Amino acid sequence: MDAIAGRKPAVVWALNISVVLLVALWLFPTLGLLISSFRTGDQITASGWWSALFPAEQTLQIRAADPDDNRIDLGNGRFLVEGNIFDGKAFEGEMNSWATSSRDLGANAPGATGDLGDDETFTLNADGAYRWEGNDDQISGRAQRVFIEVTTPPDFTLQNYNFVLFDEDNSEGMAKAFFNTLTVVIPATIIPILIAAFAAYALAWMDFPGRALLIAIVVGLLVVPLQLALIPLLSLHNAIGIGKGYLGVWLAHTGFGLPLAIYLLRNYMVGLPRDIIENAKVDGATDFQIFTKIILPLSFPALASFAIFQFLWTWNDLLVALVFLIDASGQTTVMTKQIVELLGTRGGDWEILATSAFVSIAVPLGVFFAMQKYLVRGLLAGSVK
Amino acid sequence: MNPALQGLITIIIGVGGCVGYFYGANLFLDKVLFKPTGPNAGRNITRANMIRPWLFLMPAILALGIYLAYPVFATLRLSFLERLPGNQYAFVGFDNYTKMFAEPKFIEAMRNNVLWLVVVPAAATGFGLLAAQLTDRLRWGNIAKSIIFMPMAISFVGAAVIFKLIYEARPEDVAQIGILNHLYLLFGGAEPQQWLQIPFWNSFFLMAVLIWIQTGFAMVILSAALRGIPEETVEAAIIDGANPFQIFFKIKIPQIMSTIVVVWTTITIATLKVFDIVFAMTNGQWETQVLANYMYDKLFRANDWGMGSASAMIIMLMVTPILVWNVYNARKEMQ
Repeated sequence: MDAIAGRKPAVVWALNISVVLLVALWLFPTLGLLISSFRTGDQITASGWWSALFPAEQTLQIRAADPDDNRIDLGNGRFLVEGNIFDGKAFEGEMNSWATSSRDLGANAPGATGDLGDDETFTLNADGAYRWEGNDDQISGRAQRVFIEVTTPPDFTLQNYNFVLFDEDNSEGMAKAFFNTLTVVIPATIIPILIAAFAAYALAWMDFPGRALLIAIVVGLLVVPLQLALIPLLSLHNAIGIGKGYLGVWLAHTGFGLPLAIYLLRNYMVGLPRDIIENAKVDGATDFQIFTKIILPLSFPALASFAIFQFLWTWNDLLVALVFLIDASGQTTVMTKQIVELLGTRGGDWEILATSAFVSIAVPLGVFFAMQKYLVRGLLAGSVK
Repeated sequence: MNPALQGLITIIIGVGGCVGYFYGANLFLDKVLFKPTGPNAGRNITRANMIRPWLFLMPAILALGIYLAYPVFATLRLSFLERLPGNQYAFVGFDNYTKMFAEPKFIEAMRNNVLWLVVVPAAATGFGLLAAQLTDRLRWGNIAKSIIFMPMAISFVGAAVIFKLIYEARPEDVAQIGILNHLYLLFGGAEPQQWLQIPFWNSFFLMAVLIWIQTGFAMVILSAALRGIPEETVEAAIIDGANPFQIFFKIKIPQIMSTIVVVWTTITIATLKVFDIVFAMTNGQWETQVLANYMYDKLFRANDWGMGSASAMIIMLMVTPILVWNVYNARKEMQ
């Protein structure tokens, strides 16, 4: 189409720009969270995450040391306070200017001496060293305030991750929830695949009465909202003694994942070449052998697709875990639940929220980017008809 | 027992059990029950082959039956019952439904759900189609698609945190850290807004989260459908002097209409079931209630199983047309 119509550069530009805008719209929300997770709480509340990438100009307001304790008598009724305005703390960034009054910000260059009137002087160097000199009256009482305009380079920290993941004293940490989620996800991904693969083979390649009906039922169950299953199944679990716990959540995820698994795998297996299967049958292979030796290896892409779906779904799930897993003890909480808790209790502590959320997002994102090919294939097999 | 260890044992028991069941059952069928040797070899093979499909299907049928089919009927039954103290039930007919329809919170949930059902599938499919068409011939189109597709991997809860940061409002005299308020003030807004607390419009701010997540799904599928359009139809239109908009709306869209419908219905179902976003962001406050969260409230906070089940049946009822349509299509296709 390009070759025939030819495309004006203006159109190409417009196209590129609109795609850039679209991509930005979809990327920035996540990026904002990611950047925030590397900032301290003070930084997050001081400025938006979008300004964290650039050197920031800000005005610091600091007091000199307490004159009554620190002044040195110079004689002649003159007194001096000396020290470092940053208190010896390493200061990253550059001092642009400073002032002793909020009304004339930027009055003095670093290293200059400011005149406060009546022979009171204040000298501030770029490294923060200062000299404050004056008479008895001036160098006493409250310490002199200094307004310093500084440019700080982008500053990121790992301390949030350290706190959220590794701090033993942090009762709201994510480490435990992370392992709980993992414990839910792995069996809940593997078991339905196995069950579904056999069923899909039977529905694809074995002839028996009722096959069409079964397929129709699977297609129907595909859209049944799992909300319906909550109370009956919880009662059932309680009645047979599973109660709330990992076993219950594994079974529930297996049941809820099966329709999609069977549907995806059957669609894929039906498309495998008939010759291979018939030749194997002629050679005397049983259905079991055909399935394990031929169908299963050939179906790897479909198996991988479903595995990713089920992994993402179980990892990201909140409702099933709330109903079937998490009991009053809170020992089995998963990450999604933990984050909802944090939203309630630490609503304003964005450094904790952002970091916790990103810890839970990171794994599925990694899986997503590593296995995108299979994910796309699975989606297409499941939907395009 | 350590849950990780328990998990490992479950994997081994679960996987081993499945493999053992399939292997053992087949072995039993072939070697013990119907031996393919002796005088009745032919009859035995036929019989074994009649039973074998059911061996393969048994675990799946059991799981589907218990975990999906049975609950539909059990919920239907519960919706006509009232739970009395001491695990007793009384039949109350349609009482749960009439009580529910009299509740303002339920009406609000219904209204919001309809709003969600109108806006989210339309917006997600629309954005998906736009993204699919724009990135189609772009050199960096695959990267762009990857990024738009990415939210698909993010949990609703994670997305809720992401968007809460976007909607964050701080007092007027300090720096805004939510980008929406930052932009709002930048473009002349008077004061920072609590976006999630403005009735009616806050539902749209919640919908944005789901649209953001679902657009990638729509894009991936529609992009494949666009690629599948025969080149000749487009070329013929160009030769006939059609402009790009005519090509898109009159040539391409009609040819991928069936895919658009599939995408639309799939997102509709996801929208109907939306729970986590509302639960995590507003929990139904400020008139943002939706059916799934209303149901959760009834079931697990008010402990009213009758009304909870009744509202679950409403969700089921709304899904049913799509269910019937899907089954109808699947059957048509198999013939």
